[in-house]
Amino acid sequence: MSFGSTGYDVAHLLGGGVLLLSFVLLYQRRLDAVINAFAVQGALLAAAAAWQGYSQNNGELYVTAALAFAAKAVLIPLALRLLLRRLGLHRTMETALGVGPSLLAAAALVGLAVMVVLPATAGQAQALTRENLALALSVVMLGMLMMIARRNAVSQVIGLLSLENGLILAAVGVQGMPLVVELSTAALVLMLALVAGIVVFLLRDRMATLDTESLSRQRGEGEAP
Amino acid sequence: MSGFPLAWIVVFFPWAGALLLLLLRPRGRLPAWVNLGVSAASCGLALSLLALPQGVQGWTRTDSVNLPLVALAGIIGLATAAFSAATVEGERFDALRARAYHAAFQVFMGAQFLALLSDNLGVMWVAIEIATLASVLMVAVHGTPAAIEAAWKFFLLCGVGIALALFGTILLYLAAQPLVGHGDPGLSWAALRAVAAHCDAGILSLAFIFIMVGYGTKAGLVPLHTWLPDAEAEGPLPISAVLSGLLLNASLLAILRAKAIVDLNPGVLAPGPLLVGFGLASLLLASLALWRRRDARRFFAWSSIEHMGLATLAFGLGAPLAGMLHLMGHSLVKSAVFFGVGAAAQIKGSQKMEAIKGLATSHPVLGWGLALGIAGLAGMPPFALFVSEFRLVAAAAAGQPWLLLPLGLGLLLAGTALVRALQRMCLGPASPDAPVPGAFGLPGGLAWASVPMWTLLALAAVLGFAIPAGLEALLMDAARLLG
Repeated sequence: MSFGSTGYDVAHLLGGGVLLLSFVLLYQRRLDAVINAFAVQGALLAAAAAWQGYSQNNGELYVTAALAFAAKAVLIPLALRLLLRRLGLHRTMETALGVGPSLLAAAALVGLAVMVVLPATAGQAQALTRENLALALSVVMLGMLMMIARRNAVSQVIGLLSLENGLILAAVGVQGMPLVVELSTAALVLMLALVAGIVVFLLRDRMATLDTESLSRQRGEGEAP
Repeated sequence: MSGFPLAWIVVFFPWAGALLLLLLRPRGRLPAWVNLGVSAASCGLALSLLALPQGVQGWTRTDSVNLPLVALAGIIGLATAAFSAATVEGERFDALRARAYHAAFQVFMGAQFLALLSDNLGVMWVAIEIATLASVLMVAVHGTPAAIEAAWKFFLLCGVGIALALFGTILLYLAAQPLVGHGDPGLSWAALRAVAAHCDAGILSLAFIFIMVGYGTKAGLVPLHTWLPDAEAEGPLPISAVLSGLLLNASLLAILRAKAIVDLNPGVLAPGPLLVGFGLASLLLASLALWRRRDARRFFAWSSIEHMGLATLAFGLGAPLAGMLHLMGHSLVKSAVFFGVGAAAQIKGSQKMEAIKGLATSHPVLGWGLALGIAGLAGMPPFALFVSEFRLVAAAAAGQPWLLLPLGLGLLLAGTALVRALQRMCLGPASPDAPVPGAFGLPGGLAWASVPMWTLLALAAVLGFAIPAGLEALLMDAARLLG
């Protein structure tokens, strides 16, 4: 497959879409908008996985796609919305790094990802695999950036979830990846979200705010003896 | 290899125990006894693996590298369950928390065994992930703000670490894919080693960096170590022993498995200097940080970072025998020390170092055991850590003499900090007791802490100076495999 063939173009379009949504996640100021963007990213990821299943003629990838859609486009956004409603949180959120600098850093990270992946894989892999990998690594990096740039517990969880989206994108793009990895990833993402949900609920019990900055004061080892 | 899937039984037995503990109505001390029984049986199963011939069986493998660590995990699991039985009342869990705590402990143990025993790197990743989730639950189980913060940090940092490790695993398969084809064997350690020399060196280098950083987070290597002191200080007392003694080993083993693959390809960037860098950074930062700790459990968590750094350094320098000895010696001595510190914390009613003073005066058996353990951590004989640190210094002197200066500085700083802690906590006039209600209420009292502690210390001494010939041969073979 190369540039110009449908399989290549669609895979690129969907992978690029997932990356674009990572940028969208970074410039949202309201929590519900972040959740919406994450849901769209999950849906696009599911489409990318399904398309890879079709073009690699690998039925197992449809399972990955279905799981990704159910968990990331439907269940997790729904759960987070319920949580926000229960907490009465629709305010703008605290950022540790402003939107402008975040986007600049994001662009730099994408450049870095491309510069790292393309030369390293120049020897061997197909063009599609290489570029898919560059896109996936960019999504991983932006997820990490989101976790650093946002202080709010919910958006940090979404940062981690979108990081995992990047992993799935990488896994489905590699032809013949053993199923064990895809299924476990999908299942474990759910579990991660579950644990995160429990933690966030507990947070609510203990503190009035979701700002993780307030957690840092709970260190068992303060300045005072 | 016989067809008997003992490796899977070792993994699934604790998980069955977890299910039982989850379903059982927690009445009185029943869960603690069941937990102890399951751990004793798992320990027996893990030790009996040593008697079977080594080999690969589906997703699992037994070889000289993992067998000593599996046996170690069984022993430390049993010792921890015994300590836990005596201290769990002092933790004041309600019924739900007691259930969650005991079940999570067994889930953790099963996942730990699977992580050590898996041949398939994908399965190993899943196992380490399960172990992480179980330990997040155990750290958070108290539900205090400090415990929640520790669990949150643990979860986020290790979530990122695990994600990066998976990315590395995917890359590893990508490198091998043209040679091993589709399906499960593509992630088998043996298959990857067989083709490693012909894989694309660029992808392999990238894969190793991701695996190193990803699992390095879980192994508590600087700069991604920050979750470790919090997690060990805020969870229930027995958890520190298994986090320090077992979880870190499994993560380091994952790095070593990846290293053994990329080592075979001459075109890949050399993993040794990378390991030396991470190890040295961990050693130096931890040896400084040890001086500023006031909380006893945080203090020994930092000491774990130091020792993982030393082990990583040994593997990076090409002294795998020293590395294996150090991993095992550290697990034994550190778990023993955590039993001593945990018992002291329940006797004195606080885990602050200033509240724990003169333990050897007021409780000689416990206090002298703790003192001996701390001295062992500082690298003094008669424990395995003395032998491994000696071998490490010798390897550094032979290979990279310039390393002697930072290595010596780190060992000296950490050693003196440990000796200072020993003097303050164990010697001199005793601080007043303020026992936590319910602590050591079992018949036998403090023996539940001192017997596991002295047993592990004795094993560490045997490992150092009277190592059985069979185990020595096993470790030699492991060193050969890890190159």
